[in-house]
Amino acid sequence: MPVFYGTEIASRMMLGTAQYPSPAILADAFRRSRAGIATVSVRREAGEDQAGQAFWDLIKELNVALLPNTAGCHSVREAVTTAHMARELFDTKWIKLEVIGHADTLQPDPFGLVEAARILTEDGFQVFPYCTEDLVLCDRLLDAGCEVLMPWGAPIGTGLGLNNVYGLRSLRAHYPDVPLVVDAGLGVPSQAAQAIEMGYDAVLLNTAVAKAGDPAAMAEGFALAVEAGALAAQADPMEPRDMAAPSTPVLGKAFL
Amino acid sequence: MKIIVNGEPREVVADTLAEALDALGLGEAKVATAVNEDFVPATLRGGHRLVEGDRVEIVAPRQGG
Repeated sequence: MPVFYGTEIASRMMLGTAQYPSPAILADAFRRSRAGIATVSVRREAGEDQAGQAFWDLIKELNVALLPNTAGCHSVREAVTTAHMARELFDTKWIKLEVIGHADTLQPDPFGLVEAARILTEDGFQVFPYCTEDLVLCDRLLDAGCEVLMPWGAPIGTGLGLNNVYGLRSLRAHYPDVPLVVDAGLGVPSQAAQAIEMGYDAVLLNTAVAKAGDPAAMAEGFALAVEAGALAAQADPMEPRDMAAPSTPVLGKAFL
Repeated sequence: MKIIVNGEPREVVADTLAEALDALGLGEAKVATAVNEDFVPATLRGGHRLVEGDRVEIVAPRQGG
């Protein structure tokens, strides 16, 4: 099972807490996903309704580790300040660091991401960077002190799956000992299975579950896919080949 | 004193950030704060003096992906 900054998590699934039709469905989806980590955020407390307090009561009941994010931050300063507020609110050094570089694709700003990762690491944070599968960027993030990498599969919320299988496979080959998580872009369980089959340690998803017609059923579908992928990865998959090779023995075939 | 709370102008009777939170009914709430884009830890709110026009951000735990 994956180990993030010295903490072993008994699940290869991280699940987001946003966009569910109701708090009850969120809780049910978490139960059936068997996720070990929930991602959360910080947002303005609007005042009298104190929605944040109700949400806090809900997530405490989930009994999972919490990974706060800096979603929506477009600058290093914003991300760093948000990380500090999240550390105090959730009482964790973990931070899913997002520094968004483009409003359409929501892709990470690699330059700001490295800078923010270095600042936060030096300040004692344990950074989970939402990054692309660019090998040089990932090198820089590791240099900055990150001990986990979270490359996207596809842009956030698209459900397109693993857009660059070669790039993701390449990262796995280059960093055999760094925990790798596919974060964002997954839409259906087979895509999660594919990531785990490739040797990824975990997947992080939100929209695929929360926006499914039946979020709890989809959560369980992902849980089974992740389990299947992990068994496949452990079982040392066969090498693909171009030419056919008979599986039924040729020797002993009747001459007819 | 007029300050900006989460982007909205608010009139509060308060000298410090801690007093402003009390005045806003968030004294006991699970919130984190920043003033003029800088994080202010909960332990320092009592000593953080506000001035007219300060931009105060108050955030709470919320759903995220």
